[in-house]
Amino acid sequence: MTRGIQEITLLDVKGLQCPMPIVKTAKAMRELASGDVLQVVATDPGSVKDFAAWSKATGNELLESTAIDGIFRFVLRKR
Amino acid sequence: MLDTMTRPVEQAIPGPFEERSTAHEKLVIFAWSGDLDKVWPTLILATTAAAAGMATTVFFTFWGLFPLVREDRRITGANWMQKMLSVMNRGGIDHLKLSKMQMFGAGSGMMKVLAQKHQVASPAELLASAIDLGVKLIPCQMTMDMMGLTKADLIDGIAEPAGAMTAMLEAKDAVTLFI
Repeated sequence: MTRGIQEITLLDVKGLQCPMPIVKTAKAMRELASGDVLQVVATDPGSVKDFAAWSKATGNELLESTAIDGIFRFVLRKR
Repeated sequence: MLDTMTRPVEQAIPGPFEERSTAHEKLVIFAWSGDLDKVWPTLILATTAAAAGMATTVFFTFWGLFPLVREDRRITGANWMQKMLSVMNRGGIDHLKLSKMQMFGAGSGMMKVLAQKHQVASPAELLASAIDLGVKLIPCQMTMDMMGLTKADLIDGIAEPAGAMTAMLEAKDAVTLFI
């Protein structure tokens, strides 16, 4: 995890399978403050539904969910 | 009569998953089996629930207790029956067997290779994640006594041993699974 110039924390879970993208996202979120933004990149196609469900279950807002060439990108704002 | 064929369909169409409300905020899994193919999904569901903010408890009973045995405890128990049990049913999260296609170790070995190849987290990794995420792992006191397992035989990071009543109290207002 590294902090970019826009204070967006990046989390790379490419290659990892269910449930690790969600587990690692939850762990990364613990380090953040309310309102902070986390960007996750994944390759697990199941993560599209899982991140939407996780956002709904936890109340952390899913600002963006995009898929380009098999790479899934999720931008989340901590509740 | 023709009008029986034209009556409107009034059955409620169930909404998509996303539309259902989340009534339960707790998950309790009764982990009875020590088989690889049951412990694995147990740990996947437990870590996912904890990651989703659910208060998550796993109550380990009977064969389910053995995955919690420390790697360095090879022979456990006080009497010959308990000792023989530990010899024939090796404990530890890295020594789980498949309930089918075990093939004297070839089956679980191949499953581990496949999991590694597809970057699926191992049971050991998931167990560590579960502890890290605050999943309450309760070993069954009665099983421990009967099978000759002590607290010193079990891994760190788990809850105090307890009985069925403790598990039931946890389960009272929770989603429960028996695996």
